[in-house]
Amino acid sequence: MSTTVWRDLGTPESPAEKFLDLVVDGLPVSVPEGTSVLRAASEAGLSIPKLCATESLEAFGSCRLCLVQIEGRRGYPASCTTPVESGMVVRTQTDKLAKIRREVMELYISDHPLDCLTCSANGDCELQDMAGVVGLREVRYGMSGENHLEAKKDESNPYFTFDASKCIVCSRCVRACEETQGTFALTIDGRGFGSTVSAGQKESFLDSECVSCGACVSACPTATLMEKSVIEQGVPERSVKTTCAYCGVGCSFKAEVKGNDVVRMVPDSDGKANRGHSCVKGRFAFGYATHKDRITKPMIRDKITDPWKEVSWDEAVAYAASQFKMIQKKYGKTAVGGITSSRCTNEETYLVQKLIRTAFGNNNVDTCARVCHSPTGYGLKTTLGESAGTQDFDSVMHTDVAIVIGANPTDGHPVFASRLKKRLRQGAKLIVVDPRKIDLVDGPHVKASHHLKLMPGTNVAIVNSVAHVIYTEKLHDSEFIKERCDAAQFDKWVSFIAEDRNSPEELEAITGVPANEVREAARLYASCKNGAIYYGLGVTEHSQGSTMVLGIANLAMLTGNIGRPGVGVNPLRGQNNVQGACDMGSFPHELPGYRHLSDSVTRELFEKEWNVSIDPEPGFRIPNMLDAAHSDEFMGIYVQGEDIAQSDPNTQHVTSALEAMECVVVQDIFLNETAKYAHVILPGASFLEKDGTFTNAERRISRIRKVMEPLAGKADWEATVMLSNALGYQMDYTHPSQIMDEIARLTPTFTGVNYEKLDEGSIQWPCNDEAPDGTPIMHTSEFVIGKGRFVITEYVPTSERTTRKFPLILTTGRILSQYNVGAQTRRTDNVTWHDEDRLEIHPSDAELRGVKSDDWVGIRSRAGETVLRAYVTDRVQPGVVYTTFHFPESGANVITTDNSDWATNCPEFKVTAVQVEPVTQPTEWQKQFQQFNEQQLDLLAQAAESERV
Amino acid sequence: MDGAQLVRMINDISNFFNSEKDQEIAAAGVVGHITKFWNPRMRKQLVEHVEKSGAGDLSDLGQLAVHKLGQTN
Repeated sequence: MSTTVWRDLGTPESPAEKFLDLVVDGLPVSVPEGTSVLRAASEAGLSIPKLCATESLEAFGSCRLCLVQIEGRRGYPASCTTPVESGMVVRTQTDKLAKIRREVMELYISDHPLDCLTCSANGDCELQDMAGVVGLREVRYGMSGENHLEAKKDESNPYFTFDASKCIVCSRCVRACEETQGTFALTIDGRGFGSTVSAGQKESFLDSECVSCGACVSACPTATLMEKSVIEQGVPERSVKTTCAYCGVGCSFKAEVKGNDVVRMVPDSDGKANRGHSCVKGRFAFGYATHKDRITKPMIRDKITDPWKEVSWDEAVAYAASQFKMIQKKYGKTAVGGITSSRCTNEETYLVQKLIRTAFGNNNVDTCARVCHSPTGYGLKTTLGESAGTQDFDSVMHTDVAIVIGANPTDGHPVFASRLKKRLRQGAKLIVVDPRKIDLVDGPHVKASHHLKLMPGTNVAIVNSVAHVIYTEKLHDSEFIKERCDAAQFDKWVSFIAEDRNSPEELEAITGVPANEVREAARLYASCKNGAIYYGLGVTEHSQGSTMVLGIANLAMLTGNIGRPGVGVNPLRGQNNVQGACDMGSFPHELPGYRHLSDSVTRELFEKEWNVSIDPEPGFRIPNMLDAAHSDEFMGIYVQGEDIAQSDPNTQHVTSALEAMECVVVQDIFLNETAKYAHVILPGASFLEKDGTFTNAERRISRIRKVMEPLAGKADWEATVMLSNALGYQMDYTHPSQIMDEIARLTPTFTGVNYEKLDEGSIQWPCNDEAPDGTPIMHTSEFVIGKGRFVITEYVPTSERTTRKFPLILTTGRILSQYNVGAQTRRTDNVTWHDEDRLEIHPSDAELRGVKSDDWVGIRSRAGETVLRAYVTDRVQPGVVYTTFHFPESGANVITTDNSDWATNCPEFKVTAVQVEPVTQPTEWQKQFQQFNEQQLDLLAQAAESERV
Repeated sequence: MDGAQLVRMINDISNFFNSEKDQEIAAAGVVGHITKFWNPRMRKQLVEHVEKSGAGDLSDLGQLAVHKLGQTN
């Protein structure tokens, strides 16, 4: 349930363009063809009682409450399943209808607990509301007959309960699981009076396939499916519209609040990115915001072996500023820098890069996109002219063939995955390119037409062979290429791609994918009306990450799949604000809006606004900063909301670099792994504690709004302002809207963006005079660079090879319930599903090594070794092992190498040659990690203790 | 910064631009790339490393690019 019940129009909106006129209760109504009578009445401002109908689900017609009378028709049709007709005359309120509805309600209530006053849904219950609406005053049948009042309550799920005694079997939960989420975990078991909602094969919710997206809870009209937080805290008092702080889908939510506490997060049905849907993280895993581990006091220390000292904001900021100044005096102006965060707002990342370019006076700023989607920026800017995906998420509903490459949307971007699955159930085809059998390959009512199960590291070979087939079989879109693409570059590319060495047959031995499978997939994509490519970090985190992005853009242009709904190149961004952090000038070579520092016109624009001189040369990237720290060239860093000690490759190299620095300032909500090497901690504010904007994977700029006061007293942007002022560069912002106004003044793609406009709804950039309402689909008539550029994408094998010593390839990914480095989700009940990282290994590889599921195994690479428990599964292919990286003690990045993308230095997380063998104890690194971790937690505890004394 | 690491990075970049048959154009591509994305100190250190330690593991295209870079620095 949600507090939006009275806005519910009953059935989905019809997409038809033709309108029909009818009369409902004497009122003339005009609605699109295909609209239900129920919705037509609702749109006319009338309310027909209903229980099984809701606008997010197709009409079902089971509750018999929304009956109406229609002139010229016999009986009392259900208005939810009756489409309007031209000239129809409908009556929704008659004595006869009132009597039928009362009797229907009477039957419902006769098998429902009469505990409204103590019910968790009291005041927020559609059944209760409908009893009132139909005027039910008595239940003639009594409560002594056969009923379900003693039905057992399922409390297995950590976030919600299923109380079968309150269920009216309206099937809204079952349909939500099918239609909205696409998991099909729920069903109606039994018949007639014996009908009950059942999770899986009569399992508990926790043991079933339920993914805890909350769609069923939102759909339930009673207290049957109810958030435990509501049961414990009561019905919320107010709601604040905001944006999820997890993945790059950027779901819109209503934070429902009681006092200063968030009671629940309800997906916003008006949200354009999520269309009312959510996943287990955004919907339920918000408890980390008030977790006891939150850092709420600024702290300083001279050495990382010293206890922390809690100090005032002024003292902490003054200390940090003096340290940075001292380092610059001692080692030079470029010896300091900073890292912006994709978990912070646009305004905050903008401010951090501004601080570095002004107060620090250099360009040593980088962002976590360095380790995820930096190749997307490079590849798409080079080929299409803009460093962003081309579509909106709605576009997928027009797609005929989707290619998913190196992404696992059901886990990484679950709400988008639900949209994709819905489209696949409507008949669209799917091609999966992934070393691993992800859920989309073969799921409930979803089956990939082709799974190109390639060997990790051979993406470019695959994309080249697909392009080869399309060109040599003349399946390409000559007209599009002639009109929209650079002819000379296309000709040059053709002479490369048409070579036999790029054929699937020639590359089969490298990719491991049967040539015929590649040919069939290529034909399917090239011959459909609308083909779309969706990709993730399985594309970018390779030594040829940028080359693969170029190859994907080539493929889209080759087939003319650019510039209209249903097509395009769609990077699925990992974190909530990766796109925004990149947009805001977080890279060391460019200013906001992806404009290179060497562009004197742009530089002068910023110099004038900021009143400083800006260095025209690029600064250090994160790996450069770490390398330079080892040679005393980079000695101080300001890290806002990032955790490079866990998320970046070659952990030992990262931590030794941090140890070498003389001032590490970490601004975070928790003592993360990087903060354990810090000298100053500035307490961060969660997304619930501040105003700002996030930009999601579809370039959608959405507001986040302060729901509660910052636990440490300041939003992150306020701390940056303080630090800048202490460093001597004056910043005078009093609200993030002023920062956005400055961004809009300086960034052509943001010219039309401001908070007033954002309060009307989210906007996709570019938003300017040419596109005042934003740009859902890019490159519709031309590219910003004029002609699209084909680029030659020679396949170059990674230098990371398997050998007899390291015979397996390790690849990494994420899981549904955990998010990134896990700092947030590990501090929620999501650990119920995933409380440790495990190593997936194929049965044949496991048998060869005498490994069984749950055994401890050592994973050794050229870079290091770690120990995890094994999970034997054929999801991975022989020769490939897989793990997640959500828990720091796992040391997943202890074993990843320092190989990186040639263009951007994005780490090659997806290919590490390893050996796996049974072990009995943790590695030396893990023992040292544990010891260091205990020491740092103890030093933190001492700070709190001394404060109490 | 570590010269060997810089050589490795320039080799990776050269691998991409190697698809250009005209090695002069390819080398210009490599130089253009690192001019656009590398901190000038790294460019300088690369040139100094190669001058001091010789080509070593540097690829042919990498050598040409470093030579060109040395001329422009």
